[in-house]
Amino acid sequence: MDHYLSLILFTPLAGALLLLLVNKENENAIKWIANTVAFIGFVISVPLWFWFNPQQADFQFVERAPWIPSIGAEYFLGVDGLSTLLILLTTMMGFIAILSSWNAIHERTKEYYIFLLVLQTGMLGAFMSLDFLLFFLFWEVMLVPMYFLIGIWGSANRLYSAIKFFLYTLVGGVIMLLGILALYFYAHSVTGVYSFDLTMFHKLNIPYDLQWWLFLAFFLGFAVKVPMFPFHTWLPDAHTDAPTAGSVILAAVMLKMGTYGFLRFSLPILPEASRHFVPMMVLLSIIGIVYGALVALAQKDWKRLVAYSSVSHMAMVMLGMFALNPVGITGSIIQQLNHGISTGGLFLLVGVVYERRHTREISEYGGLSKVMPVYAAIFLVMTMSSIGLPTLNGFIGEILILQGVFVANKMWAFFAGSGVVLGAAYMLYLYQRTMFGKIENPKNERLLDLSHREFATFAPLLILAVWMGLYPAPFLRRLEMSVRHIVGRVNPQYEAKYAADCDTKPPTAEAIAASNNAAAKFLSLMPCDVNGNPLPATAAGQTPERR
Amino acid sequence: MPPGISLSDFYYITPELVLTGGALLLLIADVLLPRAQRAALAWVTLLVLGVTALSLIPFASTRVEVAHGLLAVDQFALFFKVLFLGAAAITVLMSIPYLQVEGASPGEYYFLILCATLGMMVMAGGIDLITIFIGLETMAVSFYILAGFIKPSQRSNEAAVKYFLLGAFSLGILLYGMSLMYGLSGTTNLRVMAASFAGQEHDPRLVLAVILVVAGVGFKIAAVPFHMWAPDVYEGAPTPVTAFLSVGSKAASFAMLIRIFVEGMPTMGEDWRLLFWVLSVATMTAGNIAAVTQSNIKRMLAYSSIAHAGYLLMGVVAGTSRGITAMLVYLFIYSFMQLGAFGVVVLLRRADVVGDELKDFSGLSFRNPFAAFAMLVFMLSLGGIPPTAGFMGKLWLFGAAIDSHCYWLAVIGVLNSVVSLYYYVRIVVFMYLKKETVGSTPRLTPALGLVLGVAVLGTIFLGVYPRLLFELADASAKTLGVAGVTAALR
Repeated sequence: MDHYLSLILFTPLAGALLLLLVNKENENAIKWIANTVAFIGFVISVPLWFWFNPQQADFQFVERAPWIPSIGAEYFLGVDGLSTLLILLTTMMGFIAILSSWNAIHERTKEYYIFLLVLQTGMLGAFMSLDFLLFFLFWEVMLVPMYFLIGIWGSANRLYSAIKFFLYTLVGGVIMLLGILALYFYAHSVTGVYSFDLTMFHKLNIPYDLQWWLFLAFFLGFAVKVPMFPFHTWLPDAHTDAPTAGSVILAAVMLKMGTYGFLRFSLPILPEASRHFVPMMVLLSIIGIVYGALVALAQKDWKRLVAYSSVSHMAMVMLGMFALNPVGITGSIIQQLNHGISTGGLFLLVGVVYERRHTREISEYGGLSKVMPVYAAIFLVMTMSSIGLPTLNGFIGEILILQGVFVANKMWAFFAGSGVVLGAAYMLYLYQRTMFGKIENPKNERLLDLSHREFATFAPLLILAVWMGLYPAPFLRRLEMSVRHIVGRVNPQYEAKYAADCDTKPPTAEAIAASNNAAAKFLSLMPCDVNGNPLPATAAGQTPERR
Repeated sequence: MPPGISLSDFYYITPELVLTGGALLLLIADVLLPRAQRAALAWVTLLVLGVTALSLIPFASTRVEVAHGLLAVDQFALFFKVLFLGAAAITVLMSIPYLQVEGASPGEYYFLILCATLGMMVMAGGIDLITIFIGLETMAVSFYILAGFIKPSQRSNEAAVKYFLLGAFSLGILLYGMSLMYGLSGTTNLRVMAASFAGQEHDPRLVLAVILVVAGVGFKIAAVPFHMWAPDVYEGAPTPVTAFLSVGSKAASFAMLIRIFVEGMPTMGEDWRLLFWVLSVATMTAGNIAAVTQSNIKRMLAYSSIAHAGYLLMGVVAGTSRGITAMLVYLFIYSFMQLGAFGVVVLLRRADVVGDELKDFSGLSFRNPFAAFAMLVFMLSLGGIPPTAGFMGKLWLFGAAIDSHCYWLAVIGVLNSVVSLYYYVRIVVFMYLKKETVGSTPRLTPALGLVLGVAVLGTIFLGVYPRLLFELADASAKTLGVAGVTAALR
């Protein structure tokens, strides 16, 4: 299997090319082909879960071929634990998104599925690329199909939202490109080789001044995509106006590009600058958490509410990441997957009622649990997963993030906790307004419950939510090496401190997760300070000296 | 035979001779052929261009100075010659349906296209001010006539007169600068000149010469503030001529620019790099901002082509061999996307519709999906979105700027490319998202289909696999004149 990743990568694109040959009047054939291709794309990616070796620190399934030798760009693919999980998320959500469009899209079906499949290849490519230029290529390739998905099949304000999404992401992207080029020329001045090889960048020790600028350049690119406050304003518009599948892909996968970018590029390549910018990143994250949640609380539009909840959740992900310790980063990655599952699910749920009623106004609904019991039940699970109820996936991510952040700084943890509380508030308030009470709107009296196809789109999400909630160890095990590598680069003192000052090893994320139900064990594993005492406040996991 | 010129000199200019002979042949054929069969002249023109291209093959790795330094036959010139011949061929293909719709007689038209091509080829090879000027005049005069070729059209006449008056004026400025250069060095040969300018960097007369030549060349590449003619001429001239003007003439002028400044005045680098920095920023910014407000496609493409001249100037500002390579790469890529975009405008010109307004693009994706897709590719490429060629070109221009530590120039450049996407995407919005349509359905003729097909394939192929182009451009840039010049500029 020398070309396993290429196979996963190009299956959707091949499907798109195949669709080009089909007559556009033949809607059924188009749907079947698109669904089959997406399903195959998912199925062939599943072995990645089993074949991936969690013990191996290097990138796996590596493919390497010259692409533009005169500038040293390569076709260089490979995965580690982080990208493996995100690739699996992508192939799964891609299939779900396509399946969910069966009845929703009747206009220009052929183009619609072609754009979705091309988008899929773009996203997979970005997660697989180990060549920075190749990564950027895939990163930008995603823009155009998404632009069309919003612009053609979106709702009322679609043109505005589409161009806003496009230009925002583009500005961030091109500034990032300049950063990439500066890094490239710097690497050449040190190593004498022109190359965009990421593994080589990971070994560089870049002077602090350059790191500072590069961090800002990359920050613009990634922060727009996450989106971090104050670059988030495109997101509610894009989500609200996108078709259901577009929202699902956008929320579940595309936002992860930004966080993935930080983890893959900013932290390991620019460790000193990353540490230096911790206060700024934390501040923006905390604002994002609280602000996103408060705005979500005030929404009258169902989809907009979920969109703002995304802002809040992704800010939580960023906060966990910039705790810069293994627990926080692990939590941040797990929470990315959770956000993909729960928010993807919530957007699907909005799509289901939107297909039946063609409105997203929350006040139009109420008492739906009477007519759509299955729907209400699934909605409940997704809501709880989003809130972070124990036994569901959201809890694992949140507890890890909170723990990592707590070790770093108690005050930050307080704000992160407030985000969880507010999250419960807006989600339960939404649930109460739409599902409970009497049916007061006669239009809702004869709504149909989920069809088998619709249920099929939710089934994998439900399974994953419960699985990750009850037994997250397989996920954590796959992330261990990636996280260790990132922390080793960005916060090298962290591990060294434990080795020197404590007799116990630093807690692995897995150990902590296993201990969540046993408080005593939990305490014994708590990080210790320089003197070896259990940690009361700020010392051990604290981000080390800043400039 | 005049002294100093040998028979071997004629061997080295075989391609130019073939092209001249072909052009004269065409003129005769025009007279001899009955009026009804004159459409066949287009194919004769293509044949001439093809033979000329074939005659370039023996010189693939030649590097000589012909006739005591009047012309250089090197890979730099070769690169441009291939570009000109390709652009001319695509222009001819586009012209077939266009002239039919306009009802214009094709005779002198194709002759003039060939003359313009000849002028460009001489410009690219010229390493002597005299040769360069002769090439420039040959090209410019052909274009003055071509711009006014649609005789009944008032816009076309206006374009020709404007272009002629402003062109003559700017040539005067350029000549004045050239005469100063000659007066100060006592030679018209650029390479000899370079040596005699060494150590005189602060001579105010020389600085004046630099300023005048920059202004003269600035007019030709339509750099702000010498760009005023471009939108009117582009809008009024027959569309294929506009396409050729914006690609061929621009590329030839950039070849001339590189020859004059990099080969002729390397020691004045400090001065002209600063001047071009200012021109570059002004050109891309003004070009893009003006393009945003246009509703006429040809005017919009005119402003966009002004902006692209601004991007291209970044390569000169970088002043390194990498910068020159990037310019060559970008010019090559630019010709595909720009010619393709004008090809779609030609397609929209039907008997009942002029087809150069933004609203004429409305609903194109329903009526002619291939043309709409082609235009989409060209617009994304002009805007620099991967996986199209435009991205690779911009990547390399910005890369050259960063490599020379012109960070702010690069930042201004990328922000400009974001602005440009706003108006490129607007065309896409009309094609894909609006449904109301005007006039008859635009149909692809075989010739136009070939143009769009080649341009689309070229744009995508060079975007995904630009390896060969990068290597060729790199080799060409390295053959440029004094070997140490570009390195000395670092």
